[in-house]
Amino acid sequence: MPESPNSPGQRAWSRFRRHRLALPSAIALALLLLVVVLAPILLHLAAGSQIALRFDPERLSDAQFQPPSAAHWFGTDVHGRDLFARVLFGAGVSLLVGLVGAGVSLVIGVVWGAVAGYAGGRLDALMMRFVDVLYSLPSIILVIVLITTLEGLLKSTLEKIHAPWLNDSARLLFLFVGLGSVSWLNMARIVRGQVLSLRSRAFVDASRAMGAGPIHILSRHIIPNTLGVVIVYVTLTIPAIILYESFLSYLGLGVQPPMASWGSLIAEGADQINPIRTYWWLVACPGTILVATLLAFNCLGDGLRDAWDVRSK
Amino acid sequence: MYFLKRIIFALPLLLAISFLTFFLVRVAPGGPFDRERKPASPEIERQLQAKYHLDEPVWKQYLRFLGDLSHGDLGPSLKYRNHSVNDIIGQALPVSLTLGGLAFGLALGVGIPIGYQSAVRRGRWQDYAGSLFAILMVCIPPFVLGPFLILLLGIKCHLLPVALWESPAHTVLPVIALGLYYSGRIARLMREGMLGVMQAEFITTARAKGLDEHTVLLRHGFRLAVIPVVSYCGPLLADLLTGSFVIESIFQIPGLGTFLVNGSLNRDYTLVVGLVLLYAVLLIALNLLVDFACALLDRRVRYA
Repeated sequence: MPESPNSPGQRAWSRFRRHRLALPSAIALALLLLVVVLAPILLHLAAGSQIALRFDPERLSDAQFQPPSAAHWFGTDVHGRDLFARVLFGAGVSLLVGLVGAGVSLVIGVVWGAVAGYAGGRLDALMMRFVDVLYSLPSIILVIVLITTLEGLLKSTLEKIHAPWLNDSARLLFLFVGLGSVSWLNMARIVRGQVLSLRSRAFVDASRAMGAGPIHILSRHIIPNTLGVVIVYVTLTIPAIILYESFLSYLGLGVQPPMASWGSLIAEGADQINPIRTYWWLVACPGTILVATLLAFNCLGDGLRDAWDVRSK
Repeated sequence: MYFLKRIIFALPLLLAISFLTFFLVRVAPGGPFDRERKPASPEIERQLQAKYHLDEPVWKQYLRFLGDLSHGDLGPSLKYRNHSVNDIIGQALPVSLTLGGLAFGLALGVGIPIGYQSAVRRGRWQDYAGSLFAILMVCIPPFVLGPFLILLLGIKCHLLPVALWESPAHTVLPVIALGLYYSGRIARLMREGMLGVMQAEFITTARAKGLDEHTVLLRHGFRLAVIPVVSYCGPLLADLLTGSFVIESIFQIPGLGTFLVNGSLNRDYTLVVGLVLLYAVLLIALNLLVDFACALLDRRVRYA
């Protein structure tokens, strides 16, 4: 019989390790992140060398539609670009949108849920009613309409204030805000549930008795205590947003060429499907990487959920 | 009573949505006639604007829109000349509904049995196989599965047509690509629901009465365990209707999604407003139906 761990952290860690796929997933994701961050830096350092040329995602060549080989691990695309390099840089965009989008949804969801749960009564009913209404609306349609309409507006504003360097990232900015602002509903509901049960606990009463205001109580006592649940749901929100982004990029509404994300790469590959010659690697390579990443995030989320013993409603 | 209140509540909501989209699309720079054959003289453009009342103040346009809407007219499309928005919806809606409905049936038909089996045979190979299937499906989005199926079944094996929407055979690949993804989610919900119910006391009671295991689980357990699945059906239908955008684009199916994406890129004001409104009405109605079904299944659910 192994010595039973006694602190809550140790117990969570042992439950986390019991989920067989969670730890490998976490390691794989960390590696992916490392490669994605290091690749552009290394490429910049090695500028001009043979290797840098091979892994330059924007370098065109005559070698179109080469199947995967030792020289081109994932083959090449319609313009003879190395697909491995494109998938690697696409990973950067996809992960960035996923992480920042999840961050946006985290902030909105936690604040909304905490305020509703702590205030209670009328305000709570009103705020949660609003969440219910949004829940029943086709949010992705809203994002599509927002992106297609407001982007031009933002671009003309940016030109007026002489910030053209922001212009290229206008679409990215929209993806961050748009996807984050439709993905916070579950987070708000779960945080509210947690806050409802926390606010009647003795330590909150004690703090209130000592004269603490609602902002102090929320930020020092209640929100830190919801952290475990919040981390679990952020881990599950990231793959959802990556999926949303790929979906939009697939429709041509996400990142614009020459920038690429996994979704736009898969779309480019699907465009090349024809009955005469099959370029399967154009779909299979970015597709496999996307599926593997989503799988890793979901396993990690499941493991964390077991670790913190969160029950979803 | 509760449902009556919900229906009445939906009306101002729809009004708000129509108001928002109506102004939003008009705020955007560029207009529906920007991509006309050049050079469109200012004269022609002015006449086009006048024909569609785009030269009036926006509030007046909105009132006109509401007036037309009150007798079911969504106006003419600004981009597809000689077609009204009603025409376009009449053509595209049946296609989208068929695709969504079949995918819905597939998702439930595959997901529920798998989830049920993995809960009932917990810890055995059926559980591991079912759970593996579920998590894999959750991670393979339709726009990956779709091209994969086309390459494998359509082009490599020549089994099924790869595009368009003509015969029943044409529906097979798109429906699988769209529905299988959601069957994974349903299987997970069903498994969790069933595991929760199997620990409940009324199940022990039913077993103590000497009922056979099959009756206990199917007649007593399933009915409650399926409720999470039923309440997920609302968001699921929303996802199916909007998720079909990529499927429509992969398989070149003339559904609503294509029109919405093109419409909002082309600033086809009337078409976008009409379609957004249609989606909102569909989803609100479907959510209402789902809540109603939940109340029927579980009498403990009381809406106040």
